[in-house]
Amino acid sequence: MEAILETKQLSHIYSAGTPFERAALNCVDFTACRGEYLGIIGHTGSGKSTLIQHLNGLLKPTSGQVLYEGQDIWSDPKLTRQTRFNVGLVFQYPEYQLFEETVYKDIAFGPGNMGLDAKEIDRRVRQAAAFVGLRDDLLESSPFELSGGQKRRVAIAGVIAMEPKVLVLDEPTAGLDPVGVEDILGNIRDYHRAHNATIILVSHSMEEVARSVDRLVVVNDSVIPFHGTPQEVFCHGQELENMGLGVPQMTRVFNRLRAMGANVDASVYTIEQAKAAILKAKGGM
Amino acid sequence: MALKDITLGQFFPGSSPLHRMDPRTKLIGITLYIVALFLAVSFVSYGAMFLVLALLIRISRIPLKSIVRGLKPVVFILIFTALLNILYTPGEHVLAKFWILTITLEGVRTAFFMVVRIMMLISATFLLTYTTSPILLTDGIESLLSPLKKLHVPVHELAMMMSIALRFIPTLIEETDKIMCAQRARGADFETGSLIRRAKALIPLLVPLFISAFRRADELAVAMECRCYHGGEGRTRLRQLKYHRLDRLTIALAIAMCAAIWTLGRFGL
Repeated sequence: MEAILETKQLSHIYSAGTPFERAALNCVDFTACRGEYLGIIGHTGSGKSTLIQHLNGLLKPTSGQVLYEGQDIWSDPKLTRQTRFNVGLVFQYPEYQLFEETVYKDIAFGPGNMGLDAKEIDRRVRQAAAFVGLRDDLLESSPFELSGGQKRRVAIAGVIAMEPKVLVLDEPTAGLDPVGVEDILGNIRDYHRAHNATIILVSHSMEEVARSVDRLVVVNDSVIPFHGTPQEVFCHGQELENMGLGVPQMTRVFNRLRAMGANVDASVYTIEQAKAAILKAKGGM
Repeated sequence: MALKDITLGQFFPGSSPLHRMDPRTKLIGITLYIVALFLAVSFVSYGAMFLVLALLIRISRIPLKSIVRGLKPVVFILIFTALLNILYTPGEHVLAKFWILTITLEGVRTAFFMVVRIMMLISATFLLTYTTSPILLTDGIESLLSPLKKLHVPVHELAMMMSIALRFIPTLIEETDKIMCAQRARGADFETGSLIRRAKALIPLLVPLFISAFRRADELAVAMECRCYHGGEGRTRLRQLKYHRLDRLTIALAIAMCAAIWTLGRFGL
């Protein structure tokens, strides 16, 4: 597949040259392909937040490159700014960044900064609101009157309205109830399909990423120890445990079954796969 | 943008005698030092004050670099003060004259003393905040102001407000950093454009920041109430402030310094 966003030997050191110097990324090679649904997992302090802030040029690499469609985003200031719109970044707890009087105006902030005309902005705002399931009558209300889950949707719509080719979301479901989690993940999938956009979902919940993503990148101790399809990654069960990440519950059950001597496939991570694997094992007996 | 690097009267933990001293001693000492600075009139007395300051910095083991860095923000005020004093002090010894401006020897002298005075004043107060943790500092202020309670001044409440404000400075800086990143990700531009444009660009930063500050204040109030906080009446402390020998000695020396500078002034030195 064709790469849309890449990092080459990317390193980042915070507070370089002071006693508080701390390396957050160490020679990281990362690739996201066009139209791919990618998951990034890593626990707090692993460097995953630093990595995603490099992807849209919020942070400048200490060394190494960030390439968008093959071009170094730091080679030209105009390109750096353009990358902010091409690579949409939704931060953790994005509802805390809402500031406008109405939901409509808040969603229009990003497209407005892009310098689009009023008609195009209106189209994008309405479309983005529809994507995240906000009713039309909510658009004229104040974002501060909404519930927590609705605020989150408004904030995500604010980034989607810029129609980024790559959408990066940092823990978009943190602190939501189970129904809210499903809704948001569904909205993201819809955007992925409708625009053939690349999605990068950052999470520490294995269950959540395992269900959605095509490929999984693990970040630990400022490097990427391994990446691949969820099956491939979950084969490293023990290493993941050591990193404090763990594997989905289903994978753990099947690892235990194998340890007990049952002849089952250990790369299972959903209930459907588990059912199939057990039926297969039973049939084989 | 490295907002985290801002130092606001930052505390440098340490174990020098200056660190171990009672905060009240340091507060009284600094007040007396400032009084003495304003009593000083000549090179001799300024020199003495400078030696005292140098000695204190040496004892505190605070790197000189940090003190100099603290002076940077006031450079503009220093230059402004110096210019005003040079140009507007009348005197007999005229050094230069053009248009309506006259520069006199007296003016240069006053300007020099003024600048040195401000610099020493700021360095000394920096020494106080560098060697005293914010909590101890507010404890000291509360203790020193406690006689005012008789006049119904809410001393405890004022001290509590101050310590909470100090406690939240780093939190708010971090929050500002986060919101700034989030808005820049949506294409906000804080760095370029005219003054009005840049002031307007701050709205997406300030509104969420205020909302979050109010939210935090609310949460803190609830948390304090949950732990039965009901003001200063009958409240005991974990750390009791106590004067030691070093403190008594320091205060005596500070008073002696003031007296000495005043006496020097009487003799025109």
